[in-house]
Amino acid sequence: MSEPILELRGLTKIYPGGLKALDHVDLEIRKGEIFALLGPNGAGKTTLIGAVCGLVRPTGGTIHAFGQDIASHWRDARRRIGLVPQELSTDMFEPVIRAVSYSRGLFGLAPDKGRIEEILRSLSLWEKRNDRIMTLSGGMKRRVLIAKALAHEPDLLFLDEPTAGVDVELRKGMWAIIGQMRARGVTVILTTHYIEEAEEMADRVGIINKGRLITVDDKSAMMAKLGRTEAHIALAVPMSEIPPAIASFPVELENGGMSLRYRGGDGTGKGKAEVAELTKALTRAGIDYTGIDTRESSLEEIFVSLLDHEEAAA
Amino acid sequence: MIAWRSTWSIYKRELVRFLRTAFQSVLAPVLTTSLYFIVFGAAIGGRMPDLSGVGYGSFIIPGLLMLTLLGETTSNSSFGIYMPRFTGTIYELLSAPVGVAETLIGFVGAAATKSLILAAIILVTARLLVDYSIAHPLLAVVYIMLVAAAFSLFGFILGIWADNFEKLGIIPMLFLTPLTFLGGTFYSIDMLPEPWDKIALFNPIVYLVSGLRWTFYGSADVNFGLSLGITLCFLAVCVAIIAYIFKTGWRLRA
Repeated sequence: MSEPILELRGLTKIYPGGLKALDHVDLEIRKGEIFALLGPNGAGKTTLIGAVCGLVRPTGGTIHAFGQDIASHWRDARRRIGLVPQELSTDMFEPVIRAVSYSRGLFGLAPDKGRIEEILRSLSLWEKRNDRIMTLSGGMKRRVLIAKALAHEPDLLFLDEPTAGVDVELRKGMWAIIGQMRARGVTVILTTHYIEEAEEMADRVGIINKGRLITVDDKSAMMAKLGRTEAHIALAVPMSEIPPAIASFPVELENGGMSLRYRGGDGTGKGKAEVAELTKALTRAGIDYTGIDTRESSLEEIFVSLLDHEEAAA
Repeated sequence: MIAWRSTWSIYKRELVRFLRTAFQSVLAPVLTTSLYFIVFGAAIGGRMPDLSGVGYGSFIIPGLLMLTLLGETTSNSSFGIYMPRFTGTIYELLSAPVGVAETLIGFVGAAATKSLILAAIILVTARLLVDYSIAHPLLAVVYIMLVAAAFSLFGFILGIWADNFEKLGIIPMLFLTPLTFLGGTFYSIDMLPEPWDKIALFNPIVYLVSGLRWTFYGSADVNFGLSLGITLCFLAVCVAIIAYIFKTGWRLRA
């Protein structure tokens, strides 16, 4: 296992109004990974990022970055952390290149025109370098924010909803950029509403709700642990009850007995194999069917079911 | 240890922002001050007796300079920190490896620099309209820098305190400008009848105007040492308040 680049222990934030935005969050981020933090609005994602980046003062707990407590070594930590905020917050009157160069200087690095050019080119912003940010499209503005965050060559980069409000094409472009960062060895923590984003990009996924980290796992392990296969088998002749030949399968009747619904498996493909066995059992029992629709549950369904489970437990 | 490269970045950016709006930032106060000189210095001043052995037109120069200096320095500095808070761009400053020293030297230094540029332009403009000389030029420059630094800090506090544009403008408009007018800009407090000449001494701006006037003409309403002491005390109080703000994160960090 890679060494942790960031460790949160019992991180808690209670806002003055009494809202508990973070509730004893424990989290370890490994060097070089892409970690996706999923959660609904108000779950505490941005507060967590803010606590690490110095925008939010934690009420309790500790944060260690690069092996050091950031409360006492905040300068060293911040030099190596980059942040792309959710909002398009930048001086809109500034030309792109000046805004990015400013960020590099602000973080204490000497001017490096070559490095700035490299960053702007990698984000397809070089041609726009002398344009005022206000004249750029929303997607380009977001890329400017990424360029600003990369200007000081961070080892750990936070992307708060990097693709919020951008179209599908641009979102895929953003995923490619995040992939480039990983290739450079940058550890990326991204928050997102888009489950497909986490599914596409992340090595590990954390699900947060109401300030509590519900689960953290490798994406594939989470899919395996919580994933399900769902199959709908359209019957040639309606049934009134489940016949004994398939009673051992996790099936139930739906649509007034017109079809069978299978829900099982574990996200590793076991479900698909079981559906195949089910169809064989139906054939052996002489039960005819006219169609099969099979699909694996997405991370989104896992996310929703976890939240539902949380709600029910509360 | 101060991160000078970060400080320079903040300072340079603030000055560039100033240059971007140079027409408005420079022309408006220069025009306003010129009008004061024309009306009070050239038109009315010609019919006024000398004050403390100085012609009226020359007498009002330090006061008018202070009027512009206090207003512009406070608003430059308060806008400098309020706008990033308002637009959300302050996230970058708060997440950067910069502390109170870098932030203050950067923002306040830039605001003070802008004010000094403005003061120089006003003095040159005044020279075209009124004849004057400066008795203690070096002290005048040092004192102007001190006042500019103190009110830049004060503006910085205002910019952090304000949570809307109304609050941002209320202190300069409702307190600073009236107090400067009543602080001996256009008259010597000796000219005030009892008990107003004593009450006027409770106005802190009296000491600032008087201090600058002493550096110009070698005589003023109050002792220069007292003016200098009050200015330094004000500066120290502002630094202490800002240090407290950074320590607690008041209105900066959630």
